Amino acid sequence: MTETPPNVVLHVADVFKNFDGLKALSDIDLQIVEGTTHAIIGPNGAGKSTLLNVIIGRLPPTSGAVVFDGTVLTGMSPHEINQRGISRVFQTPEIFADLSVLYNIMAPAFAKRDGAFRINMFRPVEDEAEIREEAEKLLHEFGLYDRREDHAGALSRGDKRRLELAMCLIQRPRLLLLDEPTAGMSRHDTNTTIELLKDIKQRGMTIVIIEHDMHVVFSLADQISVLAQGRFIASGQPQEVKDDPRVKEAYLGVPAE
Amino acid sequence: MFSFTRKQFTMLVVFTAIVLTMPIWLSPLGAAYPGLMQKFVIYAIFAIGFNILFGLTGYLSFGHAAFLGVGSYTAVWSFKLLSMDMIPALFFAVIFAGIFALFIGYFSLRRSGIYFSILTLAFAQMSYSLAYSVLTPITNGETGLLIARDDPRAIDTMLGVGQSTSGMPMPSLMGFDLTGYSGFYICALVLIVCFFVSQKIFASPFGMALRCIKSNQTRMMYTGFNTKPYMLTAFVISGMFAGLAGGLLAVTDPIAGAERMKWTESGNLVLMTILGGVGTLVGPVIGAWLIKYFENIFSAINTNMLNSFFEFLPDGFQSVMVTVMSKFVGEGWHLTLGLVFVLIVVFLPGGLVEGTERLMRRFRRSSDKPRSSVSSAASEERS
Amino acid sequence: MDAILAQLLNGLDKGGAYALIALGLTLVFGTLGVVNFAHGALFMLGCFCAVVFRYLLTIETVTIDPEQLSPWGAPVELRTPLVQDWLGDWGAFLVDYSVPLSVLFAVPVMLVIGIVMERGLIKHFYKRSHAEQILVTFGLAIVLQEIVKSFFGANPMPQPIPSDLRSAADVGAWFGMEAHTLTYPTWRLVYLLFSLGVIGAVFAFMRYTTFGMVVRAGMADRETVGVLGIDIDRRFTIIFGIAAVVAGVAGAMYTPLLAPNYQIGMDFLVLSFVVVVVGGMGSLPGAVVAGFLLGILQSFASMNEITSIIPGIDQVIIYLVAIVILLVRPRGLMGRSGVMES
Repeated sequence: MTETPPNVVLHVADVFKNFDGLKALSDIDLQIVEGTTHAIIGPNGAGKSTLLNVIIGRLPPTSGAVVFDGTVLTGMSPHEINQRGISRVFQTPEIFADLSVLYNIMAPAFAKRDGAFRINMFRPVEDEAEIREEAEKLLHEFGLYDRREDHAGALSRGDKRRLELAMCLIQRPRLLLLDEPTAGMSRHDTNTTIELLKDIKQRGMTIVIIEHDMHVVFSLADQISVLAQGRFIASGQPQEVKDDPRVKEAYLGVPAE
Repeated sequence: MFSFTRKQFTMLVVFTAIVLTMPIWLSPLGAAYPGLMQKFVIYAIFAIGFNILFGLTGYLSFGHAAFLGVGSYTAVWSFKLLSMDMIPALFFAVIFAGIFALFIGYFSLRRSGIYFSILTLAFAQMSYSLAYSVLTPITNGETGLLIARDDPRAIDTMLGVGQSTSGMPMPSLMGFDLTGYSGFYICALVLIVCFFVSQKIFASPFGMALRCIKSNQTRMMYTGFNTKPYMLTAFVISGMFAGLAGGLLAVTDPIAGAERMKWTESGNLVLMTILGGVGTLVGPVIGAWLIKYFENIFSAINTNMLNSFFEFLPDGFQSVMVTVMSKFVGEGWHLTLGLVFVLIVVFLPGGLVEGTERLMRRFRRSSDKPRSSVSSAASEERS
Repeated sequence: MDAILAQLLNGLDKGGAYALIALGLTLVFGTLGVVNFAHGALFMLGCFCAVVFRYLLTIETVTIDPEQLSPWGAPVELRTPLVQDWLGDWGAFLVDYSVPLSVLFAVPVMLVIGIVMERGLIKHFYKRSHAEQILVTFGLAIVLQEIVKSFFGANPMPQPIPSDLRSAADVGAWFGMEAHTLTYPTWRLVYLLFSLGVIGAVFAFMRYTTFGMVVRAGMADRETVGVLGIDIDRRFTIIFGIAAVVAGVAGAMYTPLLAPNYQIGMDFLVLSFVVVVVGGMGSLPGAVVAGFLLGILQSFASMNEITSIIPGIDQVIIYLVAIVILLVRPRGLMGRSGVMES
């Protein structure tokens, strides 16, 4: 790897992560360039989720650092990391199931506008026209507008995923982390999601995506890094990675499309 | 600060009307005397405050009685040391209860779920035991803290507010007497203000954040909210409501005893909130009123009354009915309460408000009647 | 030195009661996942098993002897306890030993109560939140204690110690000390041994029966219970029954030490939760160790030497320990990490 180019948003620098002596991540170095979509793939147990959790602040790295936009994220709590502009979509959608779909989208907008904590007791949510309009616009785009008054918990699995994505997008994050955004989806839903993500990508969003489904990866990614046994074994443009013999070996029995 | 949606405004007006007309609509129910109505109002405040914590965030505290107790003790001390006026008494009751809640909340909120419940329980039981033992110089132990004729009352002395020549001094408001109906109306006004505040919190982004905490803490953190201060604020606010209720109890009857801090009192509070409907605006108020009303009615019924009630039955049957029913009234009122509580948790976890809502929905399906303001407001709150 | 030993012994019998209650609480929490606020009420019901048993043994017939007149000319009532009438000396023995014998009465009664409770109410709450479990069992506790109150009133009902066991045991002498330097009321010694026996029985049951092994596997990993479960419902019911029996016999034997009234369960409940938390949620050995430890701690804290330094410490020591443990080491003394830790 060369010098850090100026347009690198996220730099995962020489990260190691051990669990009780077990090496989950070794010598991970990753640079995410602004405006690109970077996919991290790898077989089960390769350390993909661990890597994501290290980036997002859920797990502290054993050594190394995560630098976002010039700030070291290591040691920060999840809400601080979010406040700096990183939003995350989970493998199983984490939404506010007891709240209405509209409120689900409005809540993150408040976090963005008012910060991590503010006692704003006297101006009702209903009066926040600006945030409401923005939320409704997003709901239209995501095809959830008609369900805005329903409890989010009542949505279908696919709708929940889209809702979670919308919750991240209303914060206009500088970096969007997607943890297997199409896991457990039907072919049809997967394709809809791919279209949606392509659209988001068009707007210049920087995305890191962890994915199993090669179809999704090759439809979206500009860069691909392959993780196996806690190390990157290959990194580069989709075509390069596809042709790499080591990748084929790691994926033995899992033919890339 | 006073921006309000139409629906909220209507609700507040209706609520105000209902509270202020209590002496009228309670008289056919046989409960229109000031002492009892004051209890209705005060326990409603207590429950509203508890609901801000339990209803919105889902954290079940078993220690709120301690804040009520602190409020009562503080108010009585204010009567003793400063003035018989209720304003400083309530002010200090709220402040001290708030500080106490800040302390307990700071530690208890480090844990969630049942650990949180047990921590609050342990703190409250500790306060209760201390109030009975070491803190006797402050709490006057088992006798309870009383005011005396020769207490210093610095402010009253300074302002030259003379004590009445005979009898014990009574709490007042700017020189107005607070006995009887005036006492009730003062408490009622405080309740209306509390209801207003609770309405504002429910409708605000702050209230929304609290509901988000109840719904999904993980998402909450990854959405950029710092959950700790939100929880602590909710805890302190609800502790302050409890302190206010405790202070008002002392205003209506200037004595404070440790039994108010016992954990079963916290249990009763939980009961009121559940009975009415957790997480709804009016539920806790309804729950508090129902429990205090039936406590009053049921515990007053005796065997003679039962005998005359079941007179129409044949002799043997009458005595059987009287024997059975007498277990549930009078001294046995708590048995009824416990049974109702179990039934509510089992069959109607949303409380009476949800029950009414369900009934209304069924009702509406058959005939196209308009929704009642209470049930529509309640469903509004939940969304 | 003697004083310290005496306090140690003093704490042990109370600790035995704590341990027994906490054992049942832990068993129910660990396997069924239920936070049972009615567990104290089960202890209370056990106490009243002893009360009822004695009442049954001492039912009397009242006859008026026409030939005898009291000095002031009133007819003399002759009260004959039925049991003694039928069984003679044996009857008198039964009455004298009513408390220890009431354990035999309490076992089936508590088993039935436990099973009815689990089948009727608790089983519907396995899937509901802890808060709802707390609420419903709290309500149940109120109902149970009010039922007891409506039959037995609110006054404490002291139960006698069997006359042979009323003396004090010269514990010191057994360990080679001078006579009468360290004495201990025999009944408390009996209680201590009894609680150790019950604890041993429960552990043996858990260790050496298939049933117990399945239960222990379940406590280690709740998922496995579902996988292994051939007849999991029945096992849950039995577990709850056992917990009820353990709490019940602990109560029945405790009656001579503390006269029971309907509220006795609530007082013990809060303390036993503290014990469970200190021992570690879901750890049976933890519950036992913490029970004895806290009993001893409480006994030491109530020594005059201690209370004169820190007044009131005897009242709050247990809560204080619980708070510190919860904040510093929420898994408790012997709990596994990750159990309800957050």
